[in-house]
Amino acid sequence: MMRCTGTAIAALLALVVVAGVGCKKQIADPFPASGAVAGWEKGAKTQSYDAANLYEYIDGGAEQYISAGVVGVSTSDYKYQGSLEATVDVYTMKSAGGAKTIFDADPPTTDSKSMPLGDAARLYGQSVVFRKGPTLVRITAFEAAPGEGDALMALAHGIEGKL
Amino acid sequence: MQNRREFVKDLVAGAAVLGAGRKVAWSQGKAGEKSKVVIVRDAKLRTPGPAPDEKRVTAMLDHAMQTYFSAQNPQQPWKQLVKPGQVVSLKMNAMGGRAIAPSVALVAAICERLQQAGIKAGDITVWDRGSRDLESAGFKLSDAAGAVRYVGSDTAGYEDAAVSYGSVTTKLSKILTRSDLVINMPVLKNHNIVGVTMAMKNMYGVINNPSTMHGTACNPYIADLNMIPQIRAKVRFVIGDLKTGVYEGGPSYRPEYSWNEDGLIVGEDRVAIDTISAGMVERKRVEKGLSTLDQKGTPMTYLATAADAQHKLGTNDLARIALIEQRIA
Repeated sequence: MMRCTGTAIAALLALVVVAGVGCKKQIADPFPASGAVAGWEKGAKTQSYDAANLYEYIDGGAEQYISAGVVGVSTSDYKYQGSLEATVDVYTMKSAGGAKTIFDADPPTTDSKSMPLGDAARLYGQSVVFRKGPTLVRITAFEAAPGEGDALMALAHGIEGKL
Repeated sequence: MQNRREFVKDLVAGAAVLGAGRKVAWSQGKAGEKSKVVIVRDAKLRTPGPAPDEKRVTAMLDHAMQTYFSAQNPQQPWKQLVKPGQVVSLKMNAMGGRAIAPSVALVAAICERLQQAGIKAGDITVWDRGSRDLESAGFKLSDAAGAVRYVGSDTAGYEDAAVSYGSVTTKLSKILTRSDLVINMPVLKNHNIVGVTMAMKNMYGVINNPSTMHGTACNPYIADLNMIPQIRAKVRFVIGDLKTGVYEGGPSYRPEYSWNEDGLIVGEDRVAIDTISAGMVERKRVEKGLSTLDQKGTPMTYLATAADAQHKLGTNDLARIALIEQRIA
């Protein structure tokens, strides 16, 4: 099992570049620090998984990502204004096509909206998913709350700016 | 119980089935005997916050267990399920985080009832494959002597010796092997390989190599895994948290594809519980205008395998399932 924390994100992403698996550039730490996006605080831990142990994080869900060429995922918890909790997953794929494959696999819902962010973005009631190049980002809140959509989109913009 | 109005929808044989199924554990039971599955729902389960109402969770648990065991008080079912001095563990499905994991309130209520039935707190373990999963579901890891343990198999370890059945060769969690009884606590989720993950698929979290068993829609792996003698004998009761269901995009938590079921499902027949649960996900998918799981290419072929003459883990025949649905108002 290879489970890493903190600075291991950079190591994983560097490995992607060194291995020549298709990333155009090395991505810096994609997670905004606490306070970098108004109201959002980052959790202490960042976990990373590669394709070989992705199942430890998302069980059978890993197969879909592996088929689309996942290199790895980094995940961290966030809290908005001290109460609303969310998880941010940043998937690095081998190519932009892989990120699009995952993004397009989700059927739309009646309350989903396309948003101007990255190459494509979709806002749902309690979540945001967007892709930019070979990166796919999913932000999932654990509960519904007033103003949640705006808060999630603000965090999404904060992440997108670091990709 | 007070302030409770019951709507009993017995889909098969009426109140006469209430006592059936109690002896059905780890087999399909006697010929002609139906497998009992109880679902209790409470539309007022939720609070404005993220956690459900603790008192209503306990009331729902008591109601489900009393119905299943035809018991007159909340303690009686547990005295039928366990014996004082036994080591009991609760196998969570906490991988999806707190929004799609057995609630802390439900686990606390079960631990309380177990202790009232004579199980020492120190002989109760709440567990899942990974400690991180437990934490993400809101449980505080603890290994304090004399208290309920909250620990992952990644910490407790796996047995050195491998066990096998059919297509499966694996190593079992030490938490499982050292338990006299494991209560299986799945949650209701779509799964993009097997269609629906519930009781039987939750056993992927008791072994060291689950990633090797996802091919061919996990069939016959799921059924074979549940045939491992330690799993079949020890994991003999299911208490599934149906507060939230995921009908698409699983097994991760996907709020955009989730619904509030606000219920609890209990029973001994793991195949029957999975069959009923699969129907719930299928109905929700139809309601939302999605394809059926068969059409999507994720048919639950493992249900028939688990019920076949080789495995006999339970029944997937709705005509042989005594489903009792009740609602707390």
